Formats: sequence, C-alpha cells, structure tokens
Amino acid sequence: MIGINEVSETNEMIEKENLDVRTITMGISLLDCISSDLDTLNKNIYEKIYGSAKDLVQTGEDIAKEFGIPIVNKRISVTPIALIGAAACKTSDDFVTIAKTLDKVAKAVGINFLGGYSALVSKGMTTADRLLIESIPKALAETDVVCSSVNVGSTKTGINMDAVRLLGDVIVKTAEATKDNDSAGCTKLVVFCNAPDDNPFMAGAFHGVTEADRIINVGVSGPGVVKTALEKVRGENFEILCETIKKTAFKVTRVGQLVAKEASERLGVPFGIVDLSLAPTPAIGDSVADILHEIGVEHAGAPGTTAALALLNDQVKKGGAMASSYVGGLSGAFIPVSEDQGMINAVNAGALTLEKLEAMTCVCSVGLDMIAIPGDTKNTTIAGIIADEMAIGMINQKTTAVRLIPVIGKKAGDTVDFGGLLGFGPIMSVNKFSCDEFVNRGGRIPAPIHSFKN
Amino acid sequence: MNKIIITVVGKDTVGIIAKVCTYLADNGINILDISQTIVSGYFNMMMIVDMAGSQVDFMDMSDSLESLGESIGVVIKCQREEIFDSMHRL
Repeated sequence: MIGINEVSETNEMIEKENLDVRTITMGISLLDCISSDLDTLNKNIYEKIYGSAKDLVQTGEDIAKEFGIPIVNKRISVTPIALIGAAACKTSDDFVTIAKTLDKVAKAVGINFLGGYSALVSKGMTTADRLLIESIPKALAETDVVCSSVNVGSTKTGINMDAVRLLGDVIVKTAEATKDNDSAGCTKLVVFCNAPDDNPFMAGAFHGVTEADRIINVGVSGPGVVKTALEKVRGENFEILCETIKKTAFKVTRVGQLVAKEASERLGVPFGIVDLSLAPTPAIGDSVADILHEIGVEHAGAPGTTAALALLNDQVKKGGAMASSYVGGLSGAFIPVSEDQGMINAVNAGALTLEKLEAMTCVCSVGLDMIAIPGDTKNTTIAGIIADEMAIGMINQKTTAVRLIPVIGKKAGDTVDFGGLLGFGPIMSVNKFSCDEFVNRGGRIPAPIHSFKN
Repeated sequence: MNKIIITVVGKDTVGIIAKVCTYLADNGINILDISQTIVSGYFNMMMIVDMAGSQVDFMDMSDSLESLGESIGVVIKCQREEIFDSMHRL
C-alpha cells in the first residue's frame, strides 16, 4: 500500500516544483472533410472538430481534479491544412477562411491552441502549399489560437531551399502584420526539419497523415522536479547525476502515461504517445537552464553547456522510455529562450548567444525556439538561420525547428513581453554578415548520403 | 474497490481527524489506512479510503472536504490512488 512519504513526495512535486501535465492534445484527421466547395469544406471542418473535441476540456479538468495534477493546456492538432484545402482554395485568402474556421471552433470547444495550419514541403511545394504558406501572415494576424508550421526539410529528402527562402519572407511579413502586438504572430509559427506526425506541443503540432482518425497525445513537463532532485546530489559524480535524472524522468512520465490512458478511455479516442520533453515555463523554478546550472555551469551558454544538455536529454529519454508504452513527438529537453527564466538570465548576463543556442540544438529536441531578434533583421538572414538549423536536423536524423520573432521596432538589448506561457525576453543580436547569395540560389539541397539505407 | 488518498496538511489543532472521519462515516466512506506525522507543529495526515459504498461521488466528497478544511484552517486534498501507484510502483 502507498505510504505517507510517497504521497508527500508526489504532492511536493506538484505543489512546490511545478510538476504538471503540459498538454492533452487531441489529434483529429480532417481528410474526410475535403470538398472542392470552400463553404462546404469550412462547414465540414467545424463539425468534425466540434463533434470530436467538445468534451476534451471538461474531461481534462475532471482528470486534473481527480488526480490532483494540473493539466495546463488542452489542445487540438489537425491534418496539415495545405492538404485539406488544396481542392477548394484558389487563393491565399481562401486558406485564411479555413484559419478563421479553426479559430472559431477552437474557441467554441474552449481549447488553448489549435495546430495544423501547416504545409509539408520538404521536397517540393504544390500550388496549395505555396498559397497556404503565403497566407500565414494574414492567418496568424486575424486569428488568436491557430498555430502554423511548415516542414521544409528531412533526412530522406534534403532541404527545400525555395521554401526556406519563402519562410524568411513569411516570418518578416507575419512580424509586420502583428507589429502592434510585439510581432507576436511569429510565436505561432514554426519551421521544421523532420517534423514528427504526433507532436502534442505547440506551435508545431499537426496531425500527420500516418495517424488514425483521432488520437490522444500527452506532453508532460517537470524541469522543476528534475532540478530539485539534482539539488540533493550536488558534487556527486556523473553516474549518480545521470541515475537521478533518469529516475526522476521515469516518475514524471508515469504521470503523463496515466493521464493519457485515462483521457483516452474517457473520450473513447485511442492513446497515441507520451512526449517526454522537459518543457519549461517562465515560472520561477520551472527552467531547463536552471537544471544546466545545477549540473554545474554558471549560466546556460558557458563552456560545458552542450555536454550538460546532451546528458540531460539522453537521461530524460532513458528514464521516460520505460515509463510509457508509446513514446513519440519531440521527446527531449526544450530550450526556448523567452519561456525559460534561466535562459533569459543567461542572455542578459551575456553568457548565451544565438550561435551557442544553435550548438545546443544539436543535442536536444527542437531547436532555436522563441528567440526574439531585432525587427530590422533581413529576410535572407532569417532564411540563412533556418537553413543552418534544418541542416543540423537533416544530417543528424533528428527533428529541428526554428521559431524566431523579429520584433518590429525593437533592437538588440530591448525587451519584449508576449505574456502567459510564451513569456518575455531580451532581443538577441544576430550576426550582421550577409548570406543573400546563398539563400537566393534557389532549388533544394540534396538528401545526405546516409539517408540511402535501402 | 475505489481507493482515494486524502491528505490533510496544516497547523495542528484539536479535532482534525474527528471532523474528517465524521464526514467520511456519515457518507458511507470506509477508511482503510491512516498515517500521521507532525513536523514542526504542522499536521500531516494521509488516509486511504474506499469509496465503493459511498453515498456521494468523488467530486462532491472532494469539494466538501476542501470546504471542511478551510473551516478548520487546514488543506484537505482528495486524489485517486492511481497517481501515486503510477509514480511509485512498477
């Protein structure tokens, strides 16, 4: 039988160390909504999502109350809209009507975010893909909870540099379209290499075409729990350090698995995966950078940071993998800047630069995430940064992503506040040298040699 | 068997256990186990109860005990046992 110490340990994790389930995300296929008539398509999408997810929020709240564990977000991911709208949308504005339908139904069911205003263009773009990508600035400016992502590369196909260049333009246009709001539209747009089909985290979640009609994916959190556990093993060697992270990750993930199974049963929707990512929030003590500090670097960004992050990420996976029957999504440590107080402190202290963050993305999940940059950064420079990050993903057979926010009217050293989970942070400086000629070549970068495994 | 863990944390005072137990008895909720410690004047109790014969549902019990806790200056939390089992048992 469970003892009082075990109960206290769990409840301390929840009450003092910010343990929570970050999200229950319902993936919904919209393939059966496709119509060549735009009004019919929008109506079908609204009805499918509403019918599938009307009980999602209440179910999440019931589970949170019964187990005494906060479930911070309830979200929906849908089939990439470039596929769904291809038959009906003849212009970018046609795609924007779908974004508005998604926003409307998301609000009707009460969820926090809806992801999947997406296109998968790692090898080439269809007309519909291009129209959707071009519609992103308007779609994100005119909706509140819709998130967009574009997969522009993969280990199997190489990198679509035409799409990378286009995304450089789209990110700047999105920033301009939302400049009255600190260019916050860009917080809802992610560019991927090797995007997973079952990611529950925003802004990059979409419901891949390999998935079932509906699915429940869960993302756990728990940087604060790992940090507190590590405080107890200060000065110990790497074996003890790694074992401690692994055991803690196991416990955290078990909670995610329990919530995922319970939500799946109650909603009558199959359980998909638990995403093992350590996802920080701006709350004090809920920081991945603080874990790196606890491992032994003065600030995130100091020499040793990449190695510390590599071991953290690996131990989280090792502990988490045994705790869940199906692991998927991004599964690793997130290193967003504005969503992590320790990262913000590191930037302000001058310890963490964009280049060091890029190095860190080689060993952890996702990539350059939630980084505010000067509003006058050139489109081609943004495209160059994206290309670098995509290359890391392509060559290392891992997911990488870029979520940059060029904040119009602000320069390096200024501060920007996006509010809520998105947090606030300093504008980071960007390398001033040009990559125009590289980005403007056009075409695609071929797949790497180690992708030919057949 | 429908096991719930009730935890009571707060400043020690006369009659905490009596009041919680009275509520449970009045509503047909069977106590399986109680453990209790006092750390620097703070009362920390855990009960394992079975709701199989309960006349109220989980949400009612949880809300009622939460209000009861507020009235006597302690925090009372009800949680299904599975969260602890998941985390601490293979």
